[in-house]
Order: sequence, then structure tokens, then C-alpha cells
Amino acid sequence: MLKFLKFPIALLLATACLAASAQPLAEADTARLEQRALHLAEQLRCVVCQNQTLADSHAELAQDLKRELRAQLASGASDQAVLDFMAQRYGDFVLYRPPLKSQTWGLWFGPLLLLLLGAWILRGVLRQARAGASVEDDDEKLRKVRA
Amino acid sequence: MKAPAIRRALPLALFLALAVLLGWGLQLEPDQPLPTPLLGKAAAQFELPLVDAPEQRFAPPRELRGQVWLLNVWASWCEPCRAEHPLLKELAQEAGVALIGLNYKDAQGAEWLRQHGNPYRAALLDREGRVGMDYGVYGVPETFVIDREGRVRLKHAGPLSAALLEAKILPLVRSLREE
Repeated sequence: MLKFLKFPIALLLATACLAASAQPLAEADTARLEQRALHLAEQLRCVVCQNQTLADSHAELAQDLKRELRAQLASGASDQAVLDFMAQRYGDFVLYRPPLKSQTWGLWFGPLLLLLLGAWILRGVLRQARAGASVEDDDEKLRKVRA
Repeated sequence: MKAPAIRRALPLALFLALAVLLGWGLQLEPDQPLPTPLLGKAAAQFELPLVDAPEQRFAPPRELRGQVWLLNVWASWCEPCRAEHPLLKELAQEAGVALIGLNYKDAQGAEWLRQHGNPYRAALLDREGRVGMDYGVYGVPETFVIDREGRVRLKHAGPLSAALLEAKILPLVRSLREE
């Protein structure tokens, strides 16, 4: 939690300090831009080291892509435009949040399906266990009656 | 209780199924090239200076419209590029194919071509790798086949091999030329 807050607090302090300086707006803009860039880089996969985000990766291509990403944001591109730019070139694979389309249905709904399957199996098992238990109860009673 | 034998065999069957699945996973190529979303789409337009004559510039795919061409991404710092180089020279002999080189993030490309020979109709310098970005390049070498209309029809990541040329690239180029 503390770590999570560290960056926004630092940012807040930085902007507060800068508010007194000559060009407070430009600096605040830069900070906001930097934050947006970081947020986007965390949602994109590095294609060179495929288990890292762009934000984490130090691969040369990742550095280039981060620079490109920043430049696009600075020239007024929306977050979605930047994500589209990356996906158009490197494929949906680079999006850590894959878009919902027919090829990704399995990805989005597969886990839910597995959960339902699990619930259904569990129900069967419980029902059988209960039936088994009641048979044992009956056996017990029968033995008592006979005794 | 119905069919207890089946119930008892179930865990074993599940285990075997999982083992087969994982075994199959192990057989897969570990680093399969990423599928490119560019297939069938228009290749990005660019204009770059020639590696060996920086005062001249070339602008594919516009300047290659009506031709089938190959874009080979290479760099002097790239070892596998040395390996595929003889094949590129061979490929350059194939009539009716324009082989274009994209010298990716490199400063010694001209020297390298002098040393090893220049198979390219035009070797273009992509100093910052910005054109490479438009082609989704994520490693060197990579090779693209582009049709007469300027659409990307094939991408191969990694060095070319004689087998790949014979089995895939040359047949594709020939059929595209017929189109």
C-alpha cells in the first residue's frame, strides 16, 4: 500500500513545488504525460522478452517503443490510439488486456466455463456422498433393529 | 454404486490425459515466431536514404508498385544475418524479384556490404528503427514478401534457410507474379 502510494505522493509534492515556479502548467503536463505513458507501458507486452511489460523491459526495442509511445502522447494521441498503434504492428499479443472478439472468446469465457464445470462435478460428488451417508445410516438402523 | 471400476480408473485416466497434453506441449517449438497482424494488409509507406549512397533516397512500396518484392531486415551487428547472406545473393538472381534491404539500427551497414557483397537492389538505412516499427520488426533478421499491390503476403522472423526458400518463399513469389 505504501509503495503504491509513494509515486502519486512524490508526484503531488513535485507538482506542488513546481506550482511556485515560472512555468507550472508545462511541468504538470509533463508529469501527467509521464504517468499516462507509464500506465500504458504497463499494459503492453514486450515482444523481445515476452513475459515482461514494456514498462519493466530494458530491451532496446522496448526502449524505442516507450519513446514512441511518449512522443505520440505528447503530440496529443489518446491512450486507445497508442494501444491500437502497437496492436496493429505487433498483434493483439502485445495487449495484456486482449480485446473481446471471436478468437478470444475461449480466453475470456473459458475460465467461467471451467468454474461451472467444477461446480457441476462438485454437486454430483456431494449428492453421491450424501446418498452414501444415508445408506450407511440405514444400515446402522437396520443393524440396531435386528439386534 | 454404479460402475465402480470406471470410477476407480478415472484419476488414472485424467492423469494420463494430462501427461499426454503436457508431453505434446513439450514437443512444440519453444520460440515460435509471433503471428504478424500485417498479413494481407498494405505495407507501410516509407522513404529512406540508401546505405551506400546517402544522398539518394528510395520510397517503397510506392516506387515498387507492380512488382513482387522482398524486404529483408538486416544489420551488421546481427550474427544470423551472416548465415543467410549467401542465400540472399542466390535469391537476388531470381528473375523478377526486387530484393530490398532494410539496414536496421546500424551504422556499419555500408562497410558490411562492401565486405560481404551487396545482394540488394536497394539497401535502405533505418537508423532509428522507426520503419522497422511500422513493420512490426522485433528481431533481426526478418523477411517480408510484398505483392504487386503493396500488400504484405508473408513474414518470416529469423534467418532464411535453403529449405524455406525452396518450399515457401520462391513458390509464393512465383505465384504472386502470376497474379
